[in-house]
Amino acid sequence: MKAFALLLAAASFLLPLGAQAQETAPDVLVKNVTTEVLDIIRKDKDIKAGSTKRAIELVEQKVLPHFNFTRMTALAVGKDWRQATDAQKKALTEAFKELLVRTYSNALIAYKNETVDYKPFKMQPGETDVTVRTQIHQSGAKQPISLDYSLEKTPQGWKVYDVIVAGVSLVTNYRSSFATEVRNGGIDGLIKTLQAKNKSLEASAK
Amino acid sequence: MKTGLFKKISTLATIAVAAGLLGGCATSGNPKDPIEGFNRVMFGFNEGLDKVIIKPVATGYEAVLPTPIQTGVSNFFSNIADLMIGVNNLLQGKPAQAASDAGRVLVNTTMGFLGIIDVASSMGMEKHEEDFGQTFGRWGLTDGAYIVLPFFGPRTARDTIGLAFDVYTDPVSHVDHIPTRNTLLVTRVISDRAQLLKADKVIEEAALDKYSYVRDAYLQRRRSLIYDGNPPKEQESTSDAESEQKSAEADEAAKVALRQ
Repeated sequence: MKAFALLLAAASFLLPLGAQAQETAPDVLVKNVTTEVLDIIRKDKDIKAGSTKRAIELVEQKVLPHFNFTRMTALAVGKDWRQATDAQKKALTEAFKELLVRTYSNALIAYKNETVDYKPFKMQPGETDVTVRTQIHQSGAKQPISLDYSLEKTPQGWKVYDVIVAGVSLVTNYRSSFATEVRNGGIDGLIKTLQAKNKSLEASAK
Repeated sequence: MKTGLFKKISTLATIAVAAGLLGGCATSGNPKDPIEGFNRVMFGFNEGLDKVIIKPVATGYEAVLPTPIQTGVSNFFSNIADLMIGVNNLLQGKPAQAASDAGRVLVNTTMGFLGIIDVASSMGMEKHEEDFGQTFGRWGLTDGAYIVLPFFGPRTARDTIGLAFDVYTDPVSHVDHIPTRNTLLVTRVISDRAQLLKADKVIEEAALDKYSYVRDAYLQRRRSLIYDGNPPKEQESTSDAESEQKSAEADEAAKVALRQ
């Protein structure tokens, strides 16, 4: 009986902790992930030497779990997303994810020594779609670059679905070139183009 | 000189329109970019110029000069620009920002040794980014067709008119001593370009087609600037996975609606 009470006490102690971990506020999430990743990037020997591969590993491990790539791909593809089959959607998401991860990793390497400021964040209770604003201060530059993250609330916690650099969405910026690809070669054409792009980038990376 | 500049720009615009009509067949049908054929040629020209001259010089500049000196140079030009940024804020009906910009110029020119040190920013007076193109946008002028200008790069029709006003009112272009003026103009181009060096590789890798990537980024950026970094959301956002499709459609519909 005593043991049971103890277990119950332990459970009631652990339960809210678990729930809390899932409910990490979006601004805290962005801050934690950024701090952790920048910390590793600044220390890691391979990344210091310019290893894109290592940086990609890091991003895949630390950053990826907090992104909703299906949503990102749907936003980038726009109205053509409707005509894609489930298999095509999957292939598109996979290829687009690879491209974005590589771009993001290289940006992290390029800007690793800059400082990040977190702008004050306010959220109404019950909100499910928010923007967390940060600023990158570049040494030698007159103006900081804004770097904003759009997040949505999912059952798995807050997930990033757009990254906006200096007012430019890295996701919707692809929309017109994706539309052109789809017009020329259909959804499969777009998938092939993305895969070819990824392959050529992989071949030229260290 | 002043009217000459206007003439030059209006001639450019005419050429742009004419070439666009001729090169109309080369477009991929983007409604924002009716003269894509001409624009792609100009984009290629600017890229070539950058590759051969501007980028190598900017790379050398960045490699040779210590960072504090680069910051000083960039601050110096930033301070000069703050003057017209203030005027534009005033024209846009933002007197508080305009006053802050005037304060920045006052503080930085005196305490900051002719603007070399940005004292005002450390005092909490935020740097703004305004120009005549944004002012006209604020006044309700639509942006019009996308145009790639030689040397100046991407603009819209509205921003091209804005650019003419920007150049006309640019304090640097009014320096009487010609060698000094030219040195200042060149240094400013190099200093600005040096700050974009890191972005080069990222854009190169990210873009499927660099021309349209740069175009769409420019259009998005200008939209964001007109709203001072808080443009109304273009997409309608829903969170559950099933409505992805719906949200993408709504997003597209919103975009189309915006274009009209």
